[in-house]
Amino acid sequence: MPVTVFNKEEIHKSLVEVMDPEIPTLSVVDMGMITGVEETVTGVRVKMIPTFTACPALRVIKEMIKSKVESLGYENVEVQVDDSIIWNSDRITPNGKILLENFGLGTPQRHAGNFGLEEIAHSKCPHCGSEDTTMNSIFGSTLCRSTHFCFSCKQAFERFKPV
Amino acid sequence: MEAIKNLLFRMADDELIYGHRMSEWTGMGPIMEEDIAYSSMAQDKIGHALANYSILEKEFQTANPDKLAFFRKENEMMNCQLVELSNHEYDFSLVRHFLFDHADFIRYEMLSTSSFAPLAQLSKKIKGELKYHVLHADTWLTRLGNATDESHVRMQSALNELWNYALGIFEPSDFEAQLIAEKIFDGEKVLQQKWIEKISPIIEKANLKIPTSSSPVYGGRKGYHTDQLQPLLTEMAEVISSEAEGTEW
Repeated sequence: MPVTVFNKEEIHKSLVEVMDPEIPTLSVVDMGMITGVEETVTGVRVKMIPTFTACPALRVIKEMIKSKVESLGYENVEVQVDDSIIWNSDRITPNGKILLENFGLGTPQRHAGNFGLEEIAHSKCPHCGSEDTTMNSIFGSTLCRSTHFCFSCKQAFERFKPV
Repeated sequence: MEAIKNLLFRMADDELIYGHRMSEWTGMGPIMEEDIAYSSMAQDKIGHALANYSILEKEFQTANPDKLAFFRKENEMMNCQLVELSNHEYDFSLVRHFLFDHADFIRYEMLSTSSFAPLAQLSKKIKGELKYHVLHADTWLTRLGNATDESHVRMQSALNELWNYALGIFEPSDFEAQLIAEKIFDGEKVLQQKWIEKISPIIEKANLKIPTSSSPVYGGRKGYHTDQLQPLLTEMAEVISSEAEGTEW
């Protein structure tokens, strides 16, 4: 098999098709989980960061990234957790936020590291866009979600937390 | 090196044991939101334990995290006794959650500027996650402290019962001076001081009173535990012990 020439852009583009298992419409790229794509002596290294320390999907995501890059013809693909960068919700791309809303989740506002209970409690309703909502619990069905209720459309919804 | 290892074991064991206690609320919570909250926090704690054990393995060539978590003897566990106590009723669990998580949050906050880089980096990440644990505890403590006569009395008596155990979180190690001198960690004494300053106004807001007499329950950090730890360790290791050596999940 001919050796594929390293093409960073091509690899990066392919990762847009690797979805977060817990939010299957959002890719690891839109989630801000990819921190680097590098050529190594024998192959390719993809650097990534988990969203939460206790993310149960980490191993699955790493395997998904590896096989996606391998499907482009690369050999010796290594997926490495990048210890130098810490994930936070500001890393979600603007496109990622639109996808989150389409998936039915409220989105975290940009916070630059500075937020409190008020920012955590307040979310726009992803269904009708109303700001007239309340938070029921700061925990939800996965570590990254809180649970809310919209007074305007009378729907319960979950929100991707600011972290 | 022994100093950092000791610190990591204390923290990892706290998270592991407490994570398992929290997970015992899964399916048992008084309301569904609380069931979910404790389950989520349990998941975080076990993840934090894994992260600390992983530093031990990577930087100090200890056994792997599974071995450290499931195959050490009771007297090798360095968690404080507060976290090993059975859950009792919800009031007891909630007050423990409040007392422990504030200390835990401040500890990681202090460690985020540690001279030991792997721990500093991890702490920056973990403290952001613990923010939610602390907010959860504060919300319910103030709500139930001020709700009905019964809830108020229950919260106060849980606080009375747990106070000395909570002070045991800060049992000094044999390495305090070294950790401080090497700027790894400012020490248990400073942590306890910051903790008191942080929780006092919240306890007051909850209309509760900090017990006046105190006598810290030490021993956990040196491997002395209550009779409530061993049954938990046995249960935790039940599945892994039934597997042949080297079984991969």
